[in-house]
Amino acid sequence: MGLSKELVLPISKPSRGASGKTGTWRVFKPVIDLQKCVKCWQCWLLCPEETILADDVPTVDYDYCKGCGVCAKICPAKAITMVEERE
Amino acid sequence: MKEKGMWELINANEAAAHAVRLARVKVIPIYPITPQTMIVEVIEEFIAKGLMTAEYIRVESEHSAMAAAIGASSAGVRTFTATASQGLLYMHEVLHWAAGSRLPIGMAVVNRAVGPPWNIHADHQDAISQRDTGWMEFFVSSSQEALDSILIMYRVAENNRVLLPFMVCMDAFILSHTHMPVNIPDQDDVDYFLPEYRPPHWSLDPDNPVDMGNLTMPEEEYMEMRWSIERGMKNAREVFKEAADKFYEIFGRRYEMVHCYKVDDAEHIIIASGTLASEAEVAVDSMRKDGRKVGLLKIGLFRPFPQEETRTILSKARTLTVIDRSYSFGYGGPLAMEIRSALYNLDERPKLVSYVAGLGGRDVTYKDIEKMVLHSEKEEGKNMITYWYGLKERVRSSGFEEVI
Repeated sequence: MGLSKELVLPISKPSRGASGKTGTWRVFKPVIDLQKCVKCWQCWLLCPEETILADDVPTVDYDYCKGCGVCAKICPAKAITMVEERE
Repeated sequence: MKEKGMWELINANEAAAHAVRLARVKVIPIYPITPQTMIVEVIEEFIAKGLMTAEYIRVESEHSAMAAAIGASSAGVRTFTATASQGLLYMHEVLHWAAGSRLPIGMAVVNRAVGPPWNIHADHQDAISQRDTGWMEFFVSSSQEALDSILIMYRVAENNRVLLPFMVCMDAFILSHTHMPVNIPDQDDVDYFLPEYRPPHWSLDPDNPVDMGNLTMPEEEYMEMRWSIERGMKNAREVFKEAADKFYEIFGRRYEMVHCYKVDDAEHIIIASGTLASEAEVAVDSMRKDGRKVGLLKIGLFRPFPQEETRTILSKARTLTVIDRSYSFGYGGPLAMEIRSALYNLDERPKLVSYVAGLGGRDVTYKDIEKMVLHSEKEEGKNMITYWYGLKERVRSSGFEEVI
């Protein structure tokens, strides 16, 4: 049963950044001090936007991080500081 | 030909439940409200007795009922619920979501007045207030029509040119609790008319995940999706005719978007819907005995509105009496507004006089309808007044021009 061109559906495939680069919404950005980081990965686990990437060390994907601060709050080593965006 | 089906003496609530059973609906999230509760009970009984197999979900509100229906229909199965009055109003937000998601959910609405003050009787305000949600609305006048039109509307709703939800609207108590003979179709015939629903457009599938209703920016396709709903509505008129023809072929009962009664030579046509329209048939017969050429146009399908059909039939008449059982505050009778708008492009338009009657279940007899017809004969039809018919003396004696 073929569907006609007049059917426009509110359906999207899950993909990275389906709503655009949400990093522009950020007011404070998380900065990780790798000297203090103990690699417990709590920030990676709890980031609601999955913008902490699990490389050798945790890295923030600033294209999509909205700056909510959950990672800084949870970090047991106090390795993450929220720094105000200037530009 | 051997007569098909089986006759039973039932009311419209029971008839709706039979339609749900025959349509082999798979999921029914439902919340009781007077006067629809019997639909809930009878479906439950069918399931308990093993007469139908369905997931029956006891939800905590009408808002949840519709939300669960959206979930079930998104999973790709035929889904049904029923409600009335405040219950339908409580669903309002989710009704938009169902239509926007293009889910062919079926719903019986037992038309009941909205509060305050509390009133459980027949009134179309609940369904008319959902006019712009993207739901198709079909008004019925008998238990048989309630059963048949649920089957027809599923076929329309699930068509890949439509893919929109529908409500079948039936008057509280006058239909929902009044017993009349109903032919219950054979399951084989219904299976042939209404095959299993297989979503042609989208459904939830763990192996092929999709997002439904994700955030859309102004420059993205929001407006295109709204347009697409209107295309579905436009197509529904044509698809309704096809479905009704097929239904007639199998079951021998004829359904139309607008039902005409003695309009061919009519100089004066009454326009109404629901049971008020069946009462108007009595008025037509009675007035024809007095030599008046009166006819009736019963609006079945209110959304999509059958503009062309209405225009063609009404253009031949001289006077129109439109009787609404709901009201749009600040303007007038909703049906009258639709009819006026449908006639606007005609070079010569019949005179139209608008009435509101029977709110909150106040009785409207054929005698009342005759009085409205006679009143509109005398009325010039130049003003845009909607006349309030049948108000109590203490209001009538105040002398306001719209009160008759």
